Amino acid sequence: MSAIHLHYDVSGDDFTRAGEASGSVKKRLKSLGYDSDAIRRVAIAMYEAEINMVIHAEGGFCDVDIYPDKVEILLSDKGPGIPDVEKAMQEGYSTAPDNVRSLGFGAGMGLPNIKKYSDEMKIETTIGVGTNLYLTINVHNE
Amino acid sequence: MNTYFHSVELEVDKCCGCTNCLKRCPTEAIRIRDGKAHILSERCIDCGECIRICPHHAKKAHSLELEDIKKFKYNVAIPAPALYAQFNNLDNVNIVLTGLKAVGFNDVFEVSRAAELVSEATRKIIKEKKSKLPLISSACPAVVRLIKIRFPELCENVLPLLAPIEVAAKIARKEAIEKTGLKSEEIGVFFISPCPAKVTEIHTPNSVEKSACNGAIGISRIYPELTKAMDHLDFKDIEPLSRSGLIGIGWATSGGESAGILRDKYLAADGIENVIKILEDLEDEHIRGLEFVELNACSGGCVGGVLTVENPYVAQARIQKLRKYLPVTLNHLEDDDIDNMNWENELKFDADIFRLSDDIVKAMEMMDEMESIYKDLPHLDCGSCGSPTCRAMAEDIVKGEAKETDCIHKLKAQIQSVYDQLKGTL
Ligand SMILES: Nc1ncnc2c1ncn2[C@@H]1O[C@H](COP(=O)(O)OP(=O)(O)O)[C@@H](O)[C@H]1O
Ligand code: SF4
Ligand code: SF4
Ligand code: SF4
Ligand SMILES: [Mg+2]
Repeated sequence: MSAIHLHYDVSGDDFTRAGEASGSVKKRLKSLGYDSDAIRRVAIAMYEAEINMVIHAEGGFCDVDIYPDKVEILLSDKGPGIPDVEKAMQEGYSTAPDNVRSLGFGAGMGLPNIKKYSDEMKIETTIGVGTNLYLTINVHNE
Repeated sequence: MNTYFHSVELEVDKCCGCTNCLKRCPTEAIRIRDGKAHILSERCIDCGECIRICPHHAKKAHSLELEDIKKFKYNVAIPAPALYAQFNNLDNVNIVLTGLKAVGFNDVFEVSRAAELVSEATRKIIKEKKSKLPLISSACPAVVRLIKIRFPELCENVLPLLAPIEVAAKIARKEAIEKTGLKSEEIGVFFISPCPAKVTEIHTPNSVEKSACNGAIGISRIYPELTKAMDHLDFKDIEPLSRSGLIGIGWATSGGESAGILRDKYLAADGIENVIKILEDLEDEHIRGLEFVELNACSGGCVGGVLTVENPYVAQARIQKLRKYLPVTLNHLEDDDIDNMNWENELKFDADIFRLSDDIVKAMEMMDEMESIYKDLPHLDCGSCGSPTCRAMAEDIVKGEAKETDCIHKLKAQIQSVYDQLKGTL
């Protein structure tokens, strides 16, 4: 077999549930005996992207393909899109509203951290249509 | 598969397979097979949750009896500070310590004294930035074992200092040898324990090859004789044995070890569910910027241990009261002390416990099969099959440890279809 495919719907209206998908993927990677550094990077990157779907885009879905040597993730939403991706990628840049910031989100470190922890990252975004975020995390053999 | 020693055991006769413990175990270490609970030894962290919940008292913690100390020529009791919280209106720890001598010990050495040394050594490690931060306390063996089997990325963060019992046992043994001139093997050092996790840790330690402690007696086991002895003490008999400050005694409750760090970037969590949540969050870096993390498997800290007798919150209040008039600390590191307090072995992640196979391709095949079995299960997580959840059941089936018809809902459907078929032929 080549890959394990997992699918998650990410609800857009419940902060407390954000992290369910990344938590579930992490649990499965642990049962597979996956490289622990790769698990950590998947968990962190995916959690940040999930949170973004909840606070900036009213939810969406997430497809995960686990291969023996890499994990590919698509996070897709029908939110407002990102007008200036380059700006959004800057550390500290955030459009999160105050009520979200008061919950401790919106430090503007999500996308920069996703980039830092993944090996490949691609953003497809269209204003008014939505955003697809493609991530690849490789197992780094030390 | 390794066989591990555990102090948590099942009394088979008393178990009726009610599934209460099955659902409570934080590591999914329990299965019910043929109507009786079984503990998957390699997954058990000796947290004692199953003992707490079992309504039929079928789970018990193995600990020694007072009788057992008689094998040695000279005996030293090393009581956990949680012991001091078990007595109503106690205002002087020396009464407890003198009581321990009255029930048969030749001497006592408080674990809280060693705790003060561990606190000082921890402060030093943080200040000299000698370890990866945040440091995670290594005092609760249930937590250390949990990290060892479930949190590979956090093994490095575990404070590489011996727990206070081990430090206390070493010092007590050395002092007893000097005082009596006896050989080490003639001296018994016994921990008075709040929990089964510590009993296991003494038997099969993570941090050292062999514990300096000979064994542990549960607080609840020694309690009746000890209270009686304490009641019979005359005021003039009370010896000034205690040499602990408020830092050492504070270790009995959650937050006490953190307070001993004398810094503010710390977090203290207690209760196994909270502990797991914090470990997940630390691993995923949702919590950042801390220097120290104190985790206790029991609610309230060690005063909540399953071998204690008093309610943990009452016990907490008593510890506060006892600490009130004490000096901050009465024990200080001497030159080479800290060298004798390091772990002998590094904490290594035990990858085998939760993974499906050591071959990733094989593991992936098994997981794929698990997912399709899981889809067909009723998703009730009722535990009647003997596995804690439908997902765990799917895993057990894939591993060949259970079969689909162990699920009573599946079995019922199968019987129904056989019945329908038969009815058709009549
Ligand atoms: N899925 C998304 N849909 C729309 N906008 C997004 C999405 N993800 C990120 N953004 C935009 O990019 C900005 C930066 O994202 P991030 O670095 O995660 O910081 P933060 O979430 O803390 O604001 C966000 O404030 C938001 O404007
Ligand atoms: S709680 Fe567990 S050990 Fe106790 S009777 Fe029920 S199944 Fe048996
Ligand atoms: S002691 Fe804790 S880990 Fe061990 S079987 Fe009981 S509940 Fe599970
Ligand atoms: S918190 Fe204390 S009493 Fe409870 S298991 Fe851990 S060491 Fe034992
Ligand atoms: Mg974000």
